[in-house]
Amino acid sequence: MTEQPRKPRATSSKSLPDRAGYFGDFGGRYVPETLTAALDEFDAAYRKMRRDREFRHELDRILAEFVGRPTPLTEAPRFAELCGRFRLFLKREDLNHTGAHKINNAVGQALVARNMGKKRIIAETGAGQHGVATATACALLGLQCVVYMGEVDMARQELNVFRMRLLGAEVVPVSSGSRTLKDAINEAIRDWVTNVRTTHYILGSVLGPHPYPMVVRDFQSVIGREALVQLRKRVGKTPDVAIACVGGGSNAIGLFYEMLKHESIRMIGVEAGGRGPKLGDHAARFSGGMPGVLHGTHSMVLQDEFGQISETHSISAGLDYPSVGPEHAYLQQVGRIEYHDCSDELALEAFHRLSEKEGIIPALESSHALGWLMRNGNDIATGSVVVANLSGRGDKDVPQIAALEQRHT
Amino acid sequence: MNRVDAMFKRLKREKRCGLIAYVTCGDPDVDTTVRVVEELERAGADAIELGVPFSDPIADGPVIQAAAQRALEGGTTLLDVFRAARAIREKSQIPLIAFSYLNPLLRFGMERFGKDGAAAGFDAVLLTDLLPEAAREIQRSLHHHGLGLVFLLAPTSSEKRITMIDRASDGFVYYVSTTGVTGTRSDLDPALLGRLDEIRLRLRKPLAVGFGISKREHYDALRERCACVVVGSAIVRAIADGDPVGAPQRAGDVVRSIVYHSGQ
Repeated sequence: MTEQPRKPRATSSKSLPDRAGYFGDFGGRYVPETLTAALDEFDAAYRKMRRDREFRHELDRILAEFVGRPTPLTEAPRFAELCGRFRLFLKREDLNHTGAHKINNAVGQALVARNMGKKRIIAETGAGQHGVATATACALLGLQCVVYMGEVDMARQELNVFRMRLLGAEVVPVSSGSRTLKDAINEAIRDWVTNVRTTHYILGSVLGPHPYPMVVRDFQSVIGREALVQLRKRVGKTPDVAIACVGGGSNAIGLFYEMLKHESIRMIGVEAGGRGPKLGDHAARFSGGMPGVLHGTHSMVLQDEFGQISETHSISAGLDYPSVGPEHAYLQQVGRIEYHDCSDELALEAFHRLSEKEGIIPALESSHALGWLMRNGNDIATGSVVVANLSGRGDKDVPQIAALEQRHT
Repeated sequence: MNRVDAMFKRLKREKRCGLIAYVTCGDPDVDTTVRVVEELERAGADAIELGVPFSDPIADGPVIQAAAQRALEGGTTLLDVFRAARAIREKSQIPLIAFSYLNPLLRFGMERFGKDGAAAGFDAVLLTDLLPEAAREIQRSLHHHGLGLVFLLAPTSSEKRITMIDRASDGFVYYVSTTGVTGTRSDLDPALLGRLDEIRLRLRKPLAVGFGISKREHYDALRERCACVVVGSAIVRAIADGDPVGAPQRAGDVVRSIVYHSGQ
């Protein structure tokens, strides 16, 4: 890592990361020495399988027959009317098996793990979607599964805890620190350091040490690849705007990655604005963070002046994390993608409006992208084609929202 | 010659295995940490690792995690860690190694840390989440102010990495005794002794062994096989196990229960 930022080399990240896992200044591998052998092994296995026809066929077969890909592209005209004068298409990752995009990565990594001969899988989860997806992939492939989850998240996502247990996974409550996603990752890393010889860690977002940001991105890039084909059929062109919520950033990079080469596409990542701009009240890393190292990667991190990691807040557990994928940090630095935030309140508003107007209950995470469109859609040119990633469905959020609104009425 | 090199030279001359004692700075408060370090030296510790508390200590087990959390809740910052080092240095020439995660130092600025850290009396820095391949500029900043950078070696390190880490590490190589986080364990990893015999032949630098070492029988098994052992969680637990006034005595007792000789 350099103290003075290196000059970014290219605006396309097609050739990134480099061999050491850097996207410009960001990324890399900042882990205890104990993990380097496992990360090298995973990197080598993944690179080999990526070229292997049999592996690709098996993954494609599972995605088609088990996950339910390709997912539909749904036009949402009644919701779009509330936002502006553009056409809005939703990429329906909520219709994947298990209800979110997370399964794309979970089955991919579980296949790699099985082929590496690792019989035990660990994972962290925030909202529970990645935990459920990993538990599902492990059930499918006959692997043992342990999921770490913060106690706060377990309380707000009770249903997903039960689903993971139904799927045969062990869910381990994490009671340290803020008892959310960040602490679940700490605990998963500690498990991995201990059981590294027998265990593969299925990290759920484009975070962590190299090669995770690359591997997770590649497995999620199916989202944008499908969307481009579907849009070409429906409107005969690439979209004018692509938008997605950004927690760690896997659904966003999944939508954006194949579109990066089309320079005319405006790309927008939406972070959790939470309750307000004070440190601790949001998870907006680009407006409130500084470069730093957390969980093995150099990226934008919410931290205090002494480098202690801040607590974060978001109404949605999946966005409630103090760092962001390093490739996002790079794409922001070089100006390819713009990042904004959306408050709890506005996300909640979008959650209701999409449900009422389109018959689709979105995840609170995805609602942040929709909320930003409601607030700022008037600035998008008339007749533009906008594609938003509907990264997950909102069923998991219904009890939390019911409780919240009961309190308020 | 710096204090770390001088210590390993002395241990070699005296033909004994040394002991590095770890304490989390600011647990329960900075003044107690200073008194604990003084007593650890009297009890026979040859060097001190002073832990910089961090909010997300992924390489630490529950004992040191809890200590870091207490220190942070007490408001300990890097400035307090320097204050502790200065206070220790006023009375002692014991080697002082800052034990930290990367982010607090990055945020402070590596040049600035090198300058202020050296001025406070530190001799070296050990960063649990920094690998040699990512460390070049950081190491240069530290060297610029006369501070060494120590790297860790793990049971899973490849042959190639053993050589690389030996070359890159300043003063000594810290061998992690087992795959896992810090914390006391009743027995040493059964593969450890054999592994140490292999590794010692490949290393040119002195070898310190840490993680899970808390008892005299561990020390006895290791004393012929490394230059130094590191004891952390057992000391940290003793500090927390009672009132702050008695913390130095309890910490010193841990060291006395492990090594035979009394302090120099």
